[in-house]
Parts: sequence; C-alpha cells; structure tokens
Amino acid sequence: MNNKLNIAIIIPCYNEEQNVVALYQEIKDLQASELYNLYPLFINDCSTDRTKEILEENQTPHLNLSVNLGIGGAVQTGFKYAFSHHYDIAIQMDGDGQHPPVELNKIIQAIIHEKCDVVIGSRYLTKEGFQSTRLRRAGISYFTWLNKKLCGLTIFDSTSGYRAYNKKALEIVCHYYPDEYPEPEAIILFALNNLSVKEVPVNMRERQGGESSIKTYKTIYYMFKVTLGIIFLYIRLKFNGKRHTI
Amino acid sequence: MENVIPYRLQIIAIATALAFMFFIFRLIAKGKLREEYSFIWIICTALLLLFSIWRNGLDVIAKLLGIFYAPSLIFLAAIFAIVIFLVHLSVVNSKQHKQIKELTQEMALLKEKLEKEENKN
Repeated sequence: MNNKLNIAIIIPCYNEEQNVVALYQEIKDLQASELYNLYPLFINDCSTDRTKEILEENQTPHLNLSVNLGIGGAVQTGFKYAFSHHYDIAIQMDGDGQHPPVELNKIIQAIIHEKCDVVIGSRYLTKEGFQSTRLRRAGISYFTWLNKKLCGLTIFDSTSGYRAYNKKALEIVCHYYPDEYPEPEAIILFALNNLSVKEVPVNMRERQGGESSIKTYKTIYYMFKVTLGIIFLYIRLKFNGKRHTI
Repeated sequence: MENVIPYRLQIIAIATALAFMFFIFRLIAKGKLREEYSFIWIICTALLLLFSIWRNGLDVIAKLLGIFYAPSLIFLAAIFAIVIFLVHLSVVNSKQHKQIKELTQEMALLKEKLEKEENKN
C-alpha cells in the first residue's frame, strides 16, 4: 500500500512550444519526496504553434482542448481531471516558466502541514525574485485592496497563478471557475466558500520565452473586466444562499 | 383625422409585412430558426400587419398616450423592442459560451481516457 500523496500539477499552456519541454524536465528532475508523488499534466489550450506536437513527441502527459477556452477554462479542465482521478492535491502553475518547479516543495509543505484549503505562491511576501513592473504592481495591489474590502481576505499577490488546492477546494473550483483572468476573482470564490487560504513566499522568474497573455493595450480591459467579475461574483455568492454552483 | 397614409403606400406596407411573415415561416419550417427565437419576429410582423391595415391606429394610440407627434411612437417602440431583443441575444450567447466550455472540457477528458484505453490494448 502506497501512502504517498498524489499531487497533480496542472500546467495550462497556449503557444508555449519553447517552454513546455524544459518545464517538464525541470519537474522530472526534482528530488523525489517520501511524502508525495508529482504528476504533471499539461493542458494545451488549442495552441496554434507546435505545442501539441512537442507534447506528443516528448510523451508528456497532456490534455488537448479542441476550442481555445482561455486560461480559466483550461485550468478548470485540469481541476476536473484531478478531481475525478481522486488526486489528493492539485497545483496550478503557468506554462511559460515564470513559476520555477523548485518552489513546488514550499507550496506543498504549506498545504500539507498548515491545514489550509488553498495555498497561493506569492512573490511579494519577501520581495525576492522577479517583481514585475511598477504599473502591474499597482494593479495587483488594487485587486488586493478590493478583495480585502469585500471579503476581508488579504492576498498580496492576487494575480499569482501558482496555487495549490486540496480536495475540498478542488470540488468548488470544479463547479465554478472564472474564464478570463481568473486569479483575482477566484480569491472571492475561496473566501465566500469559507476556504482557508494561505500565502507563502516563492521566487518567480521573468517569463522564459513566448508572449505574456496580458499585453499593455489590454490592461484597461483587464482592470475593468476583473473588477466587474469580482463585484458580481461577490453579489452572486453573497445573495444566492452561498451556492457555488452557478 | 384624414387619411395619414395614401392607399398606394398602404398596399406596399401590407405586402411587405406579408412577405416578411412568409420569410419567417419559411425559416422556421426549414429548421433554420428555432421556434423560441421566432416568437418575437412573429409578433413584430403581426404588429406591422395590424398597423398597415388599421390606418389610423398609430394616431389613435399616440393620442391615447398623449404623444404629440405620432411617428415618434414608432421610434420609441422600435428602439425599445430592439434593445430588449439584443439583451435576449446576449443572454443566449452567454449560455452557449458556457455550454461550449463544458463540452470542450468533457471532450478533452474523454479523448485522454480513450487514448489510454487504446494504448492498453
């Protein structure tokens, strides 16, 4: 009988042909733990480059979406996979190499030992590693403020997509997860479903290759869309008898 | 009040309304328009037909509502109907968006399952 925890690592990727193999290798090269087994799973969000072929050639475990769903839909596919295959923990990380696999252990230790439902890897707790531009930091602290005002939960790196979920949290995000730019919105979802959330400091890197999903001209749309999303999700969860099925 | 619309125009209006109604019915019969979306169009054509036949109808209703310039009633009603219908379409669109997302996810999960089975054999 194997008592190790099974951990799914969900990696959504859209046009990340330059990053996926290196990332997979990095996860494979991690020191084996006595506590857990890691199972990486790439979610190819209908990439238009050779991501799909590269994943197949390298025999990387992956799912192919037939329609581009955006990061939220892609990650949720992974959640559904992890939940239906009875994984103990699911970790979400970006496919662009911003989230170094060597930091995985910190997140895993936190979710195992601290008895919380969601762990968020944050680059702002110790202010080490890649910190992003001033403008983006301002945007991120705006979401931190908004979330704090609405649900009393202070998450400093509110846009971080480096997160771990236990089974309880996984069930909730399987039911509902925002589509576009889901990270700040999901914090409201956690808080109003009474999940305990903890932030742990991690180092992040600048993206290794390819393009960011949020380009400068989209920033205004991003701020507006996420603000609306947060406020309406709050209203929906608050006044619909706390149902998470929406 | 005297006749607002000349007879020639009335005939054209009735013919247009009938042609539009025929077009809608044909779309439904061919299965290109679902019944639930055709209600609004059937009501629209019925109103169009009604006011083509009942020549003073517009003036009567405008007077009832206290509208001084009768044709502005047409614009008011038409714009109102269009806005309502556009909102309805956005709702339909959002619903389909959600359905497509769920289908895509289900399909990706099933494909993976199928591949696993095939590799086993």
